[in-house]
Amino acid sequence: MPEPLVAPDQTYASITDKISGDVIGKKTPRGMLITLGVTSMFILVFVASVYWLLANGIGVWGENIPVGWAFDITNFVWWIGIGHAGTLISAILLLLHQHWRNAINRFAEAMTLFAVACAGLFPLLHLGRPWLGYWLVPYPNTMWVWPNFRSPLIWDVFAVTTYLTVSFMFWFVGLIPDFASMRDIAKKKWQKVSYGILAMGWRGSSRHWHRYETAYLLLAGLATPLVVSVHSVVSFDFSVGILPGWHATIFPPYFVAGAIYSGFAMVLTLMIPARKMYKLEAFITNRHLDYMAKVMLATGLIVLYGYMSELFFAYYSGNGYESFMMMNRITGPYGWAYACLLFCNGFTPQLLWFKKIRQNILVLFIISVIVNVGMWLERFVIVVTSLHRDFLPSSWGMFYPTKWDWGLYIGTLGIFVWLIYMFVRVMPMISIFEIKHLLPWRGRRIDTSADAE
Amino acid sequence: MMAEFDAPEKILAAAERAAAKGYREMDAFTPFPMEELTDALKVKHTKLSLFVLCCGVTGGLLGFFMQYWMNGIDYPLNIGGKPLYSWPAFIPITFEMTILFSAIGAVVGMIFRNGLPRPVHPVFNIDSFERATRDHFFLCIEATDPLFQEEEVQAFLESMEPIAVTPVKHVPMREPDSYEDFKDL
Repeated sequence: MPEPLVAPDQTYASITDKISGDVIGKKTPRGMLITLGVTSMFILVFVASVYWLLANGIGVWGENIPVGWAFDITNFVWWIGIGHAGTLISAILLLLHQHWRNAINRFAEAMTLFAVACAGLFPLLHLGRPWLGYWLVPYPNTMWVWPNFRSPLIWDVFAVTTYLTVSFMFWFVGLIPDFASMRDIAKKKWQKVSYGILAMGWRGSSRHWHRYETAYLLLAGLATPLVVSVHSVVSFDFSVGILPGWHATIFPPYFVAGAIYSGFAMVLTLMIPARKMYKLEAFITNRHLDYMAKVMLATGLIVLYGYMSELFFAYYSGNGYESFMMMNRITGPYGWAYACLLFCNGFTPQLLWFKKIRQNILVLFIISVIVNVGMWLERFVIVVTSLHRDFLPSSWGMFYPTKWDWGLYIGTLGIFVWLIYMFVRVMPMISIFEIKHLLPWRGRRIDTSADAE
Repeated sequence: MMAEFDAPEKILAAAERAAAKGYREMDAFTPFPMEELTDALKVKHTKLSLFVLCCGVTGGLLGFFMQYWMNGIDYPLNIGGKPLYSWPAFIPITFEMTILFSAIGAVVGMIFRNGLPRPVHPVFNIDSFERATRDHFFLCIEATDPLFQEEEVQAFLESMEPIAVTPVKHVPMREPDSYEDFKDL
């Protein structure tokens, strides 16, 4: 019999107390303060990198002609991809009646929000004049021009903005009943007032719940095509162009699968330590980790299929440029990246076929970190190897990252971790009411008793 | 008149009996959504879905015609020889605008239709109401119900073995409570 989704000894009261107790009435643990301190230093690195970039221009990065895009777009796509797992867990798994999502969706949604926030920095900063970024928005202006809506770069602006807005609203709406719980549990006046404002007076009325559930389901139904479309639009940044290695119809599904793959890897990377530190094994059970590993395996296989397709197109098309691009990717100066890529994304997830590996939490954690690195390398390989040697040999070049490239990237990692920690400190990181919703009771129409799947 | 229960089965049974007895002006307060309870209370289905659809269609049409007008009519741009009415190129943004407007409509519609934000409400005056968001379930039969008689309702609720039955200081209509007019939409 499969392990129940919520440990059997939990009651409505114990669930509320445990999850909210990690936030209210507990002094900030020392480990968290140390991490916040370390990430703050990373944020300082970020601030310095941004300042230096704005003061001196894109030349401080390693970009050149022909490699006009490098770390900026690699990091952008990497962060957006990570964000997609949150929406998948929240929205798509809800529509598929996968009740195991209830334990992880709050945390994953927060992760999405922060990942998309980090992602959004890069398209803005990689503009030569970021302070003119508002030109991307269609507003009536003295130049009497409008943006070019036929370009994927503008599609990106709308897609990412929509994604950020919808993710934020989805996350916030999910939090309203939990803010009400926190408001009712808080003892100190300032805590009660703060959570009260956020809860907007939620009282758990059945009429409200009815509207709430409808809205939540609608949001899930809207977010599902959104998540597919956003990363497809991001892939259009490449596939609508004519560069060999970019101009491939496999890109939208390949990118979306890759996003979900790297997103789940990041969820595991974050959740496994968080679960240990906060002793949340009653809610995030081994069964949850098992399912997440299986999703990672499935999407990893789709990504592998994407790699195979690229190889196949390069061969079957008979196109000289395409086949050169592929040979250059494998044997050229960045061949080491491609080899690492195949190892991290192609070989490593195959270990997840084995139940023993999926149940070994430490190995699962290591695999998730390897996958994160692999997916970063994948975006790097796609962007840089296609650009550095394209049609005309006289235009060939090389890309070497500078310290400011690294500084900015590491800085955004710092921002991300800092935001996650702040979230965990002040908000319930597991959806309290949704876990309560899972506990079985007599007379229930839908059967969410833990082993019915 | 508010009754407090400690198990979902109890409040469901109570709600069913109350509805059978003819009470209509009722509401229940639970820590998590209970579909069966919503049905027992005979809550009318919300029109939120229709509202969201309208928002979405508005967003889509707005997005599409904005692009067509801006890039095809007002300042026509010849991009790679594509026709001025390049509807395939306009699809991604149209789609995103549809989703954006629908989502905003769903969230704003849900919050305002629920009468939120509303930090003050008579039910909060009950001491143990704090547990409504924790682990207890409350059923409230309102004084505005045509069948309401204070002692009769109190006796009826007590017959279902709740933890407590408390009268709620209910503010009459025409005061902030007029949100109750909209509650069935």
